[in-house]
Amino acid sequence: MKQNSSPPRLTLRGITKQYPGCLANDNVHLDIAPAEIHALLGENGAGKSTLMKVIYGLVKPDSGEVLWDGLPIDVRDPAHARKMGIGMVFQHFSLFETLTVTENIALALGDDAGELNSLANKIRTVSEKYGMAINPDREIHTLSVGERQRVEIVRCLVQEIKLLILDEPTSVLTPQEVDTLFITLRQLADEGCSILFISHKLNEVKALCHKATVLRAGRVSGECIPAEEDTISMAKLMVGDDTPVSTTYPKKLGSTPLLSITDLNLHSPDPFGVHLKNINLTVNAGEIVGIAGIAGNGQEELLASLSGEHLCPDGKTITFAEDEVANLPPDQRRQWGLAFVPEERLGRGAVPGMSLTENALLTGFLTGLVSKGMIAWKKAEAFADEIIDQYKVKAAGRHAQADSLSGGNLQKFIIGREIMQNPKILIAAHPTWGVDIGAATAIHKALITLRDQGAAILVVSEDIDELFLISDRIGAICNGALSPIKPTPESSIQELGRMMAGDFNQSVNNGSTAL
Amino acid sequence: MIKLEPRGERSSTMAYLSPVFAALLTMLTGLILFTLLGVDPVEALLTILYVPVSDTHGIAELCVKTTPILLCAIGLSVVFKAKIWNIGAEGQLLMGGLFGSYIALQLIEAEAFWVLPIVLISGVLGGMFWSGLAAILKVRFNTNEILTTIMMNYIALNILLWAVHGPLKDPEGFNFPESALFGDSALLPVLIEGTRVNFGMALALLAVVAVWVLMSRSFYGFQIKVMGVDAGAARLSGFKEKRLTYFALLLSGGLAGLAGVGEVTGPIGQLIPQISPGYGYAAIIVAFLGRLHPLGILLASLLMALLYMGGEMAQISLGLPLALTGLFQGMLLFYLLACDVLITFRIRLKPGKVTSRPPLPPLAPETQG
Repeated sequence: MKQNSSPPRLTLRGITKQYPGCLANDNVHLDIAPAEIHALLGENGAGKSTLMKVIYGLVKPDSGEVLWDGLPIDVRDPAHARKMGIGMVFQHFSLFETLTVTENIALALGDDAGELNSLANKIRTVSEKYGMAINPDREIHTLSVGERQRVEIVRCLVQEIKLLILDEPTSVLTPQEVDTLFITLRQLADEGCSILFISHKLNEVKALCHKATVLRAGRVSGECIPAEEDTISMAKLMVGDDTPVSTTYPKKLGSTPLLSITDLNLHSPDPFGVHLKNINLTVNAGEIVGIAGIAGNGQEELLASLSGEHLCPDGKTITFAEDEVANLPPDQRRQWGLAFVPEERLGRGAVPGMSLTENALLTGFLTGLVSKGMIAWKKAEAFADEIIDQYKVKAAGRHAQADSLSGGNLQKFIIGREIMQNPKILIAAHPTWGVDIGAATAIHKALITLRDQGAAILVVSEDIDELFLISDRIGAICNGALSPIKPTPESSIQELGRMMAGDFNQSVNNGSTAL
Repeated sequence: MIKLEPRGERSSTMAYLSPVFAALLTMLTGLILFTLLGVDPVEALLTILYVPVSDTHGIAELCVKTTPILLCAIGLSVVFKAKIWNIGAEGQLLMGGLFGSYIALQLIEAEAFWVLPIVLISGVLGGMFWSGLAAILKVRFNTNEILTTIMMNYIALNILLWAVHGPLKDPEGFNFPESALFGDSALLPVLIEGTRVNFGMALALLAVVAVWVLMSRSFYGFQIKVMGVDAGAARLSGFKEKRLTYFALLLSGGLAGLAGVGEVTGPIGQLIPQISPGYGYAAIIVAFLGRLHPLGILLASLLMALLYMGGEMAQISLGLPLALTGLFQGMLLFYLLACDVLITFRIRLKPGKVTSRPPLPPLAPETQG
């Protein structure tokens, strides 16, 4: 806490926003003082996004008041918000790949951009001042995700800024990059800029923020000073008392290789894709291998080569047990015993607009749900019911459409559908992304159970905490190359962070796990 | 102020009601239109919608007209489910008619039970050939099927015109652009004595049942539906996108071809330049009006056939232009697309503009907005 005398920079009073079928914000109050770093904590679906869209003028609240420097104001639209001095960095960047940094920022500023050369100079000055060096003439597609985030932040800083809103900014950064970002944010706050830091990562909030407001199911469930709280008590505010917030699982190492990738080189057909470089990886029966990495470092390409969506022409690079599968299409790999949980839940994992029964059939068709080309609907319905029942999927029933489920419940359904086919190999991409803690715990337990039954599991995730929690061996992917995979207890978050940044040299004195 | 508000989920009630609304709105507009034209609107509407089917002969003729529309539309329902926009049923129908006619003319002297099946099959192959070309272009070269199939409609029409003015013209036909009359063995048998209702109607109903089973019971139909909604999921599950595309396009082309050969071997009995008054285009409207569901399509085909007959009736007895049929078809589709908004949105009537929000006591946690 810095200043208490002046009026808060931003006050929200009684903000309520009703969406069809969902009360996103229910009478929310929030105060942010000048120069304060304020955390907005909450799980996915708690109403954080809606609230920040209200502040940024993207959403009109049904009722409630916004006060700016003590005066009531009606934020008309984002342009108005920017004029007031509010800057926002979204979780998903809106940058044009083929344009330069300066051009992108000029586009975002519109008429205020001025002349491009002077804007470029300003970008250079601002970025250096805040320790986020960036070359204004580079095209976006040549930048890493961390650098792209800098572009988004600098875009806010080239204008006079009084409140910077950051939506889950650390989800795309390595631990080392997170530290750098925090230095910048502290410097900004010292100069009087208020910061609203939206996150669900308690450690970061504790390390950075002066105050925190916690949302649960659209309501403010508590306010606290993070430095004075422990993470458990904050987590309880986020998820309620009845959800277990932490568990550990025993680590295991397998010895029989089930999935092997040997010298896999794959050229991505996407002009902005990442080419896979000489990937070698073995996943043994009865273990979980975790691969960390910042988005866009070859995960998609690696996963597509494993699922069979991209076939590898030179044959011998991927084997399941003894069988070469690099040239087999997805259905034949499934027949072998592969199960796959894709990153996009709706769109690849499940078909929106189709019922859960139909979605059970989507990958379950090899398990006797189809005979002589005809669908055994009774069996498919039974299968769907079984998934819903065993994995505690909250849905209106097997007739419910996939897109009517919450993210967490749909993910439980997809994971359940894959696991109940008794796979020998399971590949899961970002299994708990955007999922509430309760569902995430359920998903982790299901993965551990499957591991203990002897399946080989590969998890690709951006969530390092998750990987340390469930992986038996761990590594990172960077720019299409895979780091050496180490047993998790012998690795550390710092070391994994370096690997995510592309530094694969084994450090001499790596300490034990720093969790 | 009228406002559209998202429902949050699709309303299935509205999905069924929308075609009904569209039909009612079309009739209402028709009433206004006739009034403006100085025709008694009720009489005009009766002439179009009731008089054509007021006797058994009319009902029989309705079946004859329904057959080709139904065959084209039921095939289109399959491709449209796959989100492949085959606009070429008309051309595929013409090619079916042309291929079938060619074979029928080669076998004009033959008198055997196998003549008709061969003629019908060659008609089906003609339609499949035409849609197959579009399928190859789409799968191999990623060509937009909307454009290719539309363009191929014109090509098909001109090939047909060339054939009927040239090689297939009846040498003893006094230079009229018509083929010779087909032999009796090549004609579809009449089902009901004294009418023109022929075996084609039975084939069309069979096709409806077959497509119903395909799309609701078979795994192949399921794959087609998944591919249409979500190509990514289909690929990840290992569904063969190319094979499914070929299958769907060939199936719809084949059924359109059957419609074409059914016309020349049924009510017409020879190859003439006008074997279709746009059945293939009308079938597109029918497919959507019937919600791509076999039963809906059956009903919508009957309505569309009635519009064709009603348009002729209105021309004969009221002196209204035949373009009326096209006008009503267009209005139906127009209103259907408009009413479909109500599937995902609801109408909210708001009295005036809401500007002031109720003032809130400062920071009282219990207050509701």
